[in-house]
Amino acid sequence: MNKRFMAAMAVLCTAFSIAACSPSSEEKPVLIFSAIPDQDEARLMTRFNKVANYLSDTLDVEVRYVPVKSYSASVTAFRNNEIQLAWFGGLSGVQATQLVPGSYAIAQGVEDPQYVSYFIAHADTGLQPSEYFPEGIEGRSFTFGSKSSTSGRLMPEFFLREHYGKSPEEIFSRVGFSGDHSATIALVQSGAYEVGALSYQVWDRELAEGKVDPDKVRVIWTTPPYPDYHWVIRGDVEQKFGEGFADKVRQALLELDDRDVLDTFPREKFIPASNDDFLPILETARSLGLMD
Amino acid sequence: MNTTASGFRRTTLWLGLAGLLAFFIADISITTRDPGMELERISSGFISPDFFATEQIGSALGYTLSFAIQGVVLGFTCGFLLALLWRWRIVRAFSATIRAVHELFWGLLFLQVFGLSALTGLLAIAIPYSGIFAKVFGEFLEEADRAPALALTPRSDAFSVFLYARLPLVWQHMKTYGAYRLECAVRASAILGFIGLPTIGFHLETAFRQGDYSSGAALLYLFLGIILSIRWWFRPSLLPLWIAAALLWAPPRANYTEGALNRFFTEDIIPAPMRQHDWQWHQLTDWLSMLGQEQILPGLGNTLILGTAAMLLTGIIALVLFPLISSQFGNRFSRAGGHGLLVIFRTLPEFLLAFVFVLLLGPSMLPGILALALHTGAIVAHLSGRFTDSLTLRSDASGGLNRYAFEVLPRIYPNFLAFLLYRWEIIMRETAILGILGITTLGFYIDSAFSELRIDRAVVLIAAGVALNLLVDRISRSLRSHLRLRNALADQS
Repeated sequence: MNKRFMAAMAVLCTAFSIAACSPSSEEKPVLIFSAIPDQDEARLMTRFNKVANYLSDTLDVEVRYVPVKSYSASVTAFRNNEIQLAWFGGLSGVQATQLVPGSYAIAQGVEDPQYVSYFIAHADTGLQPSEYFPEGIEGRSFTFGSKSSTSGRLMPEFFLREHYGKSPEEIFSRVGFSGDHSATIALVQSGAYEVGALSYQVWDRELAEGKVDPDKVRVIWTTPPYPDYHWVIRGDVEQKFGEGFADKVRQALLELDDRDVLDTFPREKFIPASNDDFLPILETARSLGLMD
Repeated sequence: MNTTASGFRRTTLWLGLAGLLAFFIADISITTRDPGMELERISSGFISPDFFATEQIGSALGYTLSFAIQGVVLGFTCGFLLALLWRWRIVRAFSATIRAVHELFWGLLFLQVFGLSALTGLLAIAIPYSGIFAKVFGEFLEEADRAPALALTPRSDAFSVFLYARLPLVWQHMKTYGAYRLECAVRASAILGFIGLPTIGFHLETAFRQGDYSSGAALLYLFLGIILSIRWWFRPSLLPLWIAAALLWAPPRANYTEGALNRFFTEDIIPAPMRQHDWQWHQLTDWLSMLGQEQILPGLGNTLILGTAAMLLTGIIALVLFPLISSQFGNRFSRAGGHGLLVIFRTLPEFLLAFVFVLLLGPSMLPGILALALHTGAIVAHLSGRFTDSLTLRSDASGGLNRYAFEVLPRIYPNFLAFLLYRWEIIMRETAILGILGITTLGFYIDSAFSELRIDRAVVLIAAGVALNLLVDRISRSLRSHLRLRNALADQS
């Protein structure tokens, strides 16, 4: 018994000491970035490691990608300096720049100043595609996507409030948050909800991949355009990686023309962006009471 | 007549009425139209699991086990220390409070300070588990026979008395309970993946949410495999090795940034109106009453309704299912099948059950009630069924339905009721997960507060949840002691 006890203690002590002094990677600064998980999450690592490799080669520093589970987790990680660079949605981006003084938007996709959401409906509702705000959705059940999604929640809610002058809970018989654009499609397709709103990109992709049954669910309205996704960087990267580093990152993103890497986002190319481009999002978030 | 049996009847009647009332108030409409296509995709996923679709599945398994083992060991130790001070009310209140907060919410709180790190995973499990261990160990010690300690000479020092005359009486129970908790911890550790820690739940939730049922099914099979095989790979003698491996795989370090802790206490959790320099009391009371009316009251109400309805259904499911594994009924094969069924239902995370039910039945409270009741019902059925194995019936006892109704049920009813009442509190706690799925329990509002990065609101809402849990715990305990069920329960655990 005693011998066994001693042996066990020895194993434990060794483990503790190794655990306590295993080398931390402090010697060389590493740029860590993340992206909000908005689609094709099963292959996040494969997709974004390509981006990490590209940035690493171009910037000549080690760049690593860490996956995050939710929009808010990416903002929290950015705030805690666990990540220094992030591909945010409109709302998460302004949350991040508000929480981290000195951080700013550096680039956005060429598509992003004109992003739209689709309203989709189950075929049994009889709702038809319409160029104007779809009449006849009030009183039905409705699902948003993630609570912090710009295209799946913030802007759809804004347009709903603008049209009806009341909150979604007052407009619809039931309001849900599916948590995800793909889940929104699944829930409306199964008829669990009658109407939903989501990012046009996810809809187009899933339609192309044959995951959508056009006899069951269809797009009934396209919202007016609004600014959405963008890259945000922390202001204090300059102290860690040297003067002018943020500009180098911006340049690397703007010059990116590798189709394979761009398809990760998916974007045609990146163009410059600044915090001011997303002021409308900030104001919308405040007017909906999602930010103080 | 005021007999023991009449006490049980009355309690059952009241619990049943409460459950029926909850069902009556609850929104349980079925709104879905054609779940056929989704159902087909789910079942074809389960028939053709894809074990290679998930990235870093090995590392996810490693983290799942590491957090669970470290969490249980730390929780066991702290819980034991707290149990030594069990006679103090403040210790009991403290333990009750820390275990009333769901692991997910502890995780979300630590995420703000320690980031996505091993320390966050460890603490999210160890803290609530300390509270649970403290309670169980405290009650073990309270109920253990005091005669050996009293027989020692009065000059013996307190430490020796404890070590030689108190601890040996309960040590075996403590070990058994610790091993049982490891199974729960593996489940909890997996669930922590839902908020972003790199455990198997991270990928499991993603796969189901994205409709990737083949890889989801593969992950679920792996998860079930780990839980079911615990008794083969986990032996007390191997514990030091497992702890060492867990520490090496996931050294409990934080991703800590300078000042995050300070910011958390002096900024994040301070109610928003109080962060202005010249704030007034009425702003704070406005803020609190807004939170109370828009979130706390509806959240608490829905949690209570959903939890009470789920409790009634749990009881019914358990009463129907326990004969499946009881040695008083069926044969070897039916019992093996019954065991398999119960194990699967109690191991499947409620979250996944609820997710599938939402697709099938539409969004109401029904999916949540069903998910909680199936999961908990399987646990209560298992405990009750096992208890029937110790009954000795007369050799000419009747069979079939008569045996069930007149021989077995009356004998195990007190235990059944004790398990059910004990689980009631846990059901309330688990409604938290359903909130994340969008069912408007208190958990829904807490999840919203975290996703809006409003930690101040989250903390107030969590406190409201703690209050509800303490209240339910109180009711369930006074019912149990009223019916003198306490000892019956301790015998089982």
